[in-house]
Amino acid sequence: MKPRHKRIAFIASGVLCLGVATALVLNAFQSNLVFFHSPSDVLAGKAPKDKAFRVGGMVEKGSVKRVGDGLTVQFMVTDTVKTIPVAYTGTLPDLFREGKGVVAQGRIRPDGVFQASEVLAKHDENYMPPEAATAIEHAQKASKSLK
Amino acid sequence: MFSLFNWFRYASPQTFYPLAGRMIPWFAGAAAVFAAAGLYVGFFVAPTDAQQSEVYRVIFIHVPVSWMSMFIYLVMAAWGAIGLAFNTRLSFMMARSLAPTGALFAFLSLWTGALWGRPTWGTWWVWDARLTSELILLFLYLGVMALQAAIDDQRRGDRAGALLAIIGAINVPIIYFSVVWWNTLHQGASVSLTRAPSMARAMLAGMLLMSLACWMYSIAVSLARARCIMLERERHTAWVGELAGSAS
Repeated sequence: MKPRHKRIAFIASGVLCLGVATALVLNAFQSNLVFFHSPSDVLAGKAPKDKAFRVGGMVEKGSVKRVGDGLTVQFMVTDTVKTIPVAYTGTLPDLFREGKGVVAQGRIRPDGVFQASEVLAKHDENYMPPEAATAIEHAQKASKSLK
Repeated sequence: MFSLFNWFRYASPQTFYPLAGRMIPWFAGAAAVFAAAGLYVGFFVAPTDAQQSEVYRVIFIHVPVSWMSMFIYLVMAAWGAIGLAFNTRLSFMMARSLAPTGALFAFLSLWTGALWGRPTWGTWWVWDARLTSELILLFLYLGVMALQAAIDDQRRGDRAGALLAIIGAINVPIIYFSVVWWNTLHQGASVSLTRAPSMARAMLAGMLLMSLACWMYSIAVSLARARCIMLERERHTAWVGELAGSAS
């Protein structure tokens, strides 16, 4: 082997080892790298019980309710399989909408309601003009009424 | 090995210096044209977004600079690897000339992301996997630059910087796939090679034009920086002496 080939082999094997090591480390930290837990995770007991965590999913359509002082909001967060009730007092981000993604930070109260101290809107990867959005909405409504 | 001979001819600073000098105006001009077209499409042609209204227009800067920050890092690491393997002087100069531009893009990516995150998510910053790994990328750029500068022996500085660049390259796929592997607040990719883009065509056009502008800009400034490094490092050689002689 020429010294040059030796160096190339050395660099390549180094990068390979590094890649494997990183993959193992990331795999080990899998649960800590998750920014939020889905309602299914939470109800299955996978979320931490004694400290604050984040729950994420969709705001269920028609579930947003203002209670009492008008600042407190209650809504259901769903991953389409399981659903968790969330209570929050404070201002909501602009993109907080029914049927859209949301991430709430807080802890589970004894009564099973998730008391959020912070609510963030999660945007999806779809970008479209308003006309396209209304067209899709109409199409969905049409297909629903056909069923 | 005729083709190899050709490549190594341009690996010599003496032949590459004038070639780079001739290329810079073309790339700089292309960057200006693409940026003007991209900004025009982005601000005047592309429709507003149904959900976010006007604030989404940050993608015309944010997405291209984020792509560039990752891509430049890979190129820098590749130049470092070539330099370590083949002992070519020019590779290390190219690696060094790319680092500041990459760091600038990584910073812009974080900055524009924060400006967008505040109105959209409701927060400037969260420690999710995508944002954190991009922040690490910025620190890696700064680390590579600091390491290169901290070692007085230029050859050893080059090698140490190249090594750090190669090790840090593992972070780039982590940034890119973070939104797929883990639950993150950051949304998934709207544009990827494997499926149709999930955005309106005019929006996509503006973004791609701005990406081209960033490419051209990066090539132009890194070549200009490489030329300065070449002159500085080769100042005792005959060809730089001749250049200086003919200039004065």
